[in-house]
Amino acid sequence: MADKQDVATREPSEVQRRSREKAREEEVVLAPSVDIFEDRHGITVQADMPGVSKERLNVHADRHSLVIEGDVAIDMPSAMEALYADVHSTRYRRTFVLSSELEPDRIEANLKDGVLTMRIPKRAEFRPRKIEVRTG
Amino acid sequence: MFGSLFSSFDTHLFDGLRRAEDDMDQVFGSAPWPAGIRSVRRGTFPPINVGSTPEQVDVYMFAAGLDPKSLELSIQENLLSVSGSRKIEVNEDAEYYRRERFDGDFRRVISLPDDVDPERVEARYRDGVLQITVQRRESARPRQIVVN
Repeated sequence: MADKQDVATREPSEVQRRSREKAREEEVVLAPSVDIFEDRHGITVQADMPGVSKERLNVHADRHSLVIEGDVAIDMPSAMEALYADVHSTRYRRTFVLSSELEPDRIEANLKDGVLTMRIPKRAEFRPRKIEVRTG
Repeated sequence: MFGSLFSSFDTHLFDGLRRAEDDMDQVFGSAPWPAGIRSVRRGTFPPINVGSTPEQVDVYMFAAGLDPKSLELSIQENLLSVSGSRKIEVNEDAEYYRRERFDGDFRRVISLPDDVDPERVEARYRDGVLQITVQRRESARPRQIVVN
């Protein structure tokens, strides 16, 4: 730090500037694209989360909601300068509300090549049964 | 660490511009200012980031769930093109609520800086990201000049 500096014209310090940048970065969250479908056993959610490895993936569910989160980690040389960017964040997050017939304790999750697949089973009593219609 | 690639100094400014551009696209069919001749509509699959150092240029394609064998990469001078396909299996017995994930063939053409060396390209696919590294020609790198 220079020992004499006019306070009124002082540039923001490096630390201040960085923390502002960081705060801005953290505001931007990517919503992964998802496919969601239901069959008689349960609901399947598939989410595209390219760049996320198993270690940086976080899926948590309680009775009411399912949250998927992940951080992008890719190899890149230090001091890289961006020439072009479609992707403006390294963080994915998306939340879904679950309904009571689902069993969040038994969710199975699998991550392969950046695609997260989750199976959320339905409670047995909610699996549709065929109802016979009798005539006569 | 990722700051440099994911939010360059002008990113936030451009972000606003791009969103405006998107709206323009929808309303008028095109933005009133000139766009890159090979630029594509925002949201085109797969999204890409391009970063550079004095030694190399790196292209990152965010394309999860690809079969690397389906990819075709070619480079002619500084023009890199990548095509491939992603087939999403449809579960015929299920009822779909959302189908947001890209399904089908894609192709993107990226014009890289003029000084890249098309003979020295490497590509690898990991965690759903295709990373293509192209070295730059030695002659184009900044050189230290000693003053005697």
